[in-house]
Amino acid sequence: MVATLGFALVVGETRIPLEVIWSVLRIEAGYTAPEVNPIDHGILWSYRLPRAIVAMACGMSLALSGVVLQALLRNPLSDPYILGLSAGASTGAVAVAILGFGAGALTLSSGAFIGAMLAFGFVAWLARLARGPGSSATSSLALLLAGVAGAQLFHALTALIIAKSADANQARGIMFWMMGNLSGSRWPDVYLAVPVALAGAGVIFAHFRALDAMTFGREAAQSMGIRTGLVMAVLIGVAALLTAVMVSLTGAIGFVGLVVPHAMRFMVGVQHARLIPATALAGGIFLILADIVARVLIPGQTLPIGVVTALVGAPAFAVILVRSSRAHSS
Amino acid sequence: MRIQVENISKSIKGKPILRDVSLTIASGQSLALIGPNGSGKSTLLRVMAGLLSADRGRVTVDGDRVDKLSPRTLAQRLGFVTQEAGTTDAIPVIEAVKLGRTPWLSFAAPFRTNDQQIVDQAMRAMAISEYKNTLFNALSGGERQRVHIARVLAQTPQVFLLDEPTNHLDIRHQIAIIDWVKQQNATVVLALHDLNHAFACDRVAVMNGGALAAFGPPKDVLVPSVIEPVFKVGVQQNHSNYSDHPVLTFVKYKAA
Repeated sequence: MVATLGFALVVGETRIPLEVIWSVLRIEAGYTAPEVNPIDHGILWSYRLPRAIVAMACGMSLALSGVVLQALLRNPLSDPYILGLSAGASTGAVAVAILGFGAGALTLSSGAFIGAMLAFGFVAWLARLARGPGSSATSSLALLLAGVAGAQLFHALTALIIAKSADANQARGIMFWMMGNLSGSRWPDVYLAVPVALAGAGVIFAHFRALDAMTFGREAAQSMGIRTGLVMAVLIGVAALLTAVMVSLTGAIGFVGLVVPHAMRFMVGVQHARLIPATALAGGIFLILADIVARVLIPGQTLPIGVVTALVGAPAFAVILVRSSRAHSS
Repeated sequence: MRIQVENISKSIKGKPILRDVSLTIASGQSLALIGPNGSGKSTLLRVMAGLLSADRGRVTVDGDRVDKLSPRTLAQRLGFVTQEAGTTDAIPVIEAVKLGRTPWLSFAAPFRTNDQQIVDQAMRAMAISEYKNTLFNALSGGERQRVHIARVLAQTPQVFLLDEPTNHLDIRHQIAIIDWVKQQNATVVLALHDLNHAFACDRVAVMNGGALAAFGPPKDVLVPSVIEPVFKVGVQQNHSNYSDHPVLTFVKYKAA
């Protein structure tokens, strides 16, 4: 993680050598260090470092939300983006930002949280209706289609709010909310993202046994002494909060919650005591790397980071979809 | 542990599923729940397991109401095997069995050698030790069922509640499960479809339309006069040199 962070600082429009980075960090920490070109200093300290840290916190949060949703809904294709949580969060954040129910990062996040919870409620309700009576685990198909419906609905609402109330400049922000973008990340964002990511990770890790116990379904977990209703309420709330805060800071970045947990299950196994820390770490690294790619892929232009994660994530999604439908039919 | 079911009634979506069911199982005894499909066996098991709450009546385990105990305490006393619980996770058998230790573990009490011994013992009892590193989803239906029973064995409860544990098992493994029930010192309640297996239990309860149609020792309950009207089949008792109880055979019901 530290190496990736270092890498993120070096790479960019202008290459900054490691010695310079080291000097800047020492100067900012109050030590004496060799003089540094003030432009390099500015790029590093005000742009690249907070941006990389936000990417890390965001990757951690989205990947952990994915782990939680996959375990609780017992569906390998669950992820905050696919289930429409991110879309709901975007709508909530846009409503706050443009319709002006107050301002500032905190109200933006609360708007996003409300949006995410509404979206989740809508998708869960729809999937339940579509599932029909009799079957216990929500089928992948019902959940996916409900997620598609939910995401489209909330995307449409976002577009509507922007089209109705925003000027042309704000309207360009629609890309920001739908594809995700880290270019606006500054230190104040770090102060929100990092504590939220760490607290969320802590709460999720504290429930690793309950998440394990859900392997064979809610009833089995309940018979092993887990208060499943309470655990689901708390952890889905945490997943929605993590998603909401990150979306309000960076827009809706897709597929992180899908790709990272599955890769980690493959590497460390399905036990959450190992899976949660591994996913947090890998999620952070993945998004920092994705952001580096977004910055350097087309010289002189920065891609929305969601484009990069989708390029990796969509094929991975296809693979998981095929494998999980085979597991169901066998 | 002694289980007492007192006047349990339960409706689901306005439809009565259980109607005033009362029965008692002494500590260490086994009870077979039999009855046609939809007669309320599974629902009664879930109410006994504390997974469903009853509308009226109560279930007690050694005098404690199951709906008043904390889920953790209840799980330490009482193990429940659901029908065909599946997963999409690539979980190895040994990890699935380890889950049974959940009600005994916490941050202050991590998984220790003692827990591992209990897990190993449970896998040996269900003859699944050789599959311990195999993925659960690569197993056959019968093997999966044995993994679930091993998981609940690892939970070390004093009461086992099993919802049709012999479903999907070949005859050899059915007999193995029934033998295991007979040897248990714990209290066992199991829903069964094969009426001949019910002879292995100390008590048999016959459910019909959510009510208890008969309750008593197998030799009193598993007789044509009780079974025929409930299951709507003709029943004949045969005697076999291989069996210490009459063997029931069934023919299409001829209404008298």
